[in-house]
Amino acid sequence: MNYHWNWGIFFEPNPMGTGTYLDMLLSGLVLTLKTAALAWIIALIFGTAIGVLRTLPSKTASWIGFCWVEFFRNMPLLVQLFLWFFVLPELLPRSAGLWLKQLPNAPFWTAAIGIGFFMSARVAIQLQAGIGSLPRGQRMAATALGLTTFQGYRYVLLPMAFRIILPPLTSEFLNTIKNTAVAITIGLIELTGEARSMQEFSFQVFEAFTAATILYLLVNAVVVTAMRFLERWVAIPGYITGK
Amino acid sequence: MKHFRHVGLALVATFAMSQAGAEELTGTLKNIKDTGAITLGFRDSSIPFSYLDDNQKPIGFAMDICYKIVDAVKKELKLDKLEVKLNPVTSATRIPLMANGTIDLECGSTTNNAERQKQVAFTNTHFLTASRYVFKKSSGLKSIDDLKGKTVVSTAGTTNIKQLTEANVAKGLGANIIPAKDHAEAFLMVETDRAVAFVMDDILLASLVAGSKSPSDYVISKDAFSKPEPYGIMLRKDDPQFKKVVDAATAALYTSGEGEKIYDKWFMAKIPPKGLNLNTPISPELKHEFAKPSDSPNPDDYK
Repeated sequence: MNYHWNWGIFFEPNPMGTGTYLDMLLSGLVLTLKTAALAWIIALIFGTAIGVLRTLPSKTASWIGFCWVEFFRNMPLLVQLFLWFFVLPELLPRSAGLWLKQLPNAPFWTAAIGIGFFMSARVAIQLQAGIGSLPRGQRMAATALGLTTFQGYRYVLLPMAFRIILPPLTSEFLNTIKNTAVAITIGLIELTGEARSMQEFSFQVFEAFTAATILYLLVNAVVVTAMRFLERWVAIPGYITGK
Repeated sequence: MKHFRHVGLALVATFAMSQAGAEELTGTLKNIKDTGAITLGFRDSSIPFSYLDDNQKPIGFAMDICYKIVDAVKKELKLDKLEVKLNPVTSATRIPLMANGTIDLECGSTTNNAERQKQVAFTNTHFLTASRYVFKKSSGLKSIDDLKGKTVVSTAGTTNIKQLTEANVAKGLGANIIPAKDHAEAFLMVETDRAVAFVMDDILLASLVAGSKSPSDYVISKDAFSKPEPYGIMLRKDDPQFKKVVDAATAALYTSGEGEKIYDKWFMAKIPPKGLNLNTPISPELKHEFAKPSDSPNPDDYK
């Protein structure tokens, strides 16, 4: 190995004039966190709605849910982001397309929404499995109590299903954070993007990616710990998810 | 896998006696002699420096120079056979592959600058390029000042985006600078009107324009963001023996006038696969550099 190690590189000023190389990586980390947070909120909202649709007795509802999931699940995320960012504006009427292209922070919004929709399909499947794993008697009991379908989901099925699927949801949240790295393909210079910039400027490739790896690990460790606390906090004694 | 070429070794052993004060071989040269092979790193789309033709074979200006270096190495080591291995590299992989010994020379369009010299070495400069911008004729830009308040794209991690950022502050342009992942994507941003201009090495812009759907739609600016910067063939740092051979080979090539011939072949004539012609005459600065070869990373040394 003929490599000139330089761990002090992080404290050297970066050529962009925005402080040190470490500042560069940290600004990338902030962008990663923002994108992941927004994408995760979108994924939860749409994933819940679609997951519920897929378990309803109505044929139409489950067909809509089926279409949504298959559309977002069967295309690589990389391709999806490229389609949203480069192809969609060309398909719209010229003025609308131009407006979309000139939006400030277009890569950020496209990435957050695109990753959010992609992950929503996965959340929907998880939720459907969670609802499906509940005893059939629960749905019937809710109806017998005089609850409407909406109330049955709101007060009986969803609270139980979400508790059951918390551990796999943690994985999905981690996936959301890791998937933001794909957004460099549409010009969102998040943590991975900044690490690449750093290696191009300084040629210290191993230091740059070691730092990025550690930052991703730290973020994911925080998420896992927080989710553990959440699991414990919402646990109901006597159930599978309880102690 | 190491293939020991006993033929070569035997030959060298014979001649080693006659070499007055033959130095002990070290570094890359020793490796090449031991394995009977040299590995060239090439880029897949740095037209016309190093790119794949329609037979997936790497060709280009930098590749031709590298083959001349290979000949010189062969002669220096008195090998009658030297296997040339080709290994694709990207901007992200060229450093690790150079450091771990996978490639011995990187034949592409890598800018030689002081920061990078801390990590690798460069041989004599084979091209000089300045930072300019490409835009659509229809956008009617005249000078750098016209970029005021507009969206401008450049490739992340390049010296060009750095110069653009500096100019943006110094001239108070207030332009919205967006980084792109690579050159192709940055050019796509201009093509699809997401940005009005793309700031990059002028020669790379020329090849992107020449390869685009309608080359006549685009203009490359007259005014530049920088002094001409040198491109060099990259090799491992702290390997004086190998560098000496490579430097001597490139210097001989450039001063003999053959360097200019190879230049014309790639910049003034039709090049495969599509028969593009970049029509870029050799600049006075580069002519001067060929007359007095230099491996300096400093743009001020190339006047």
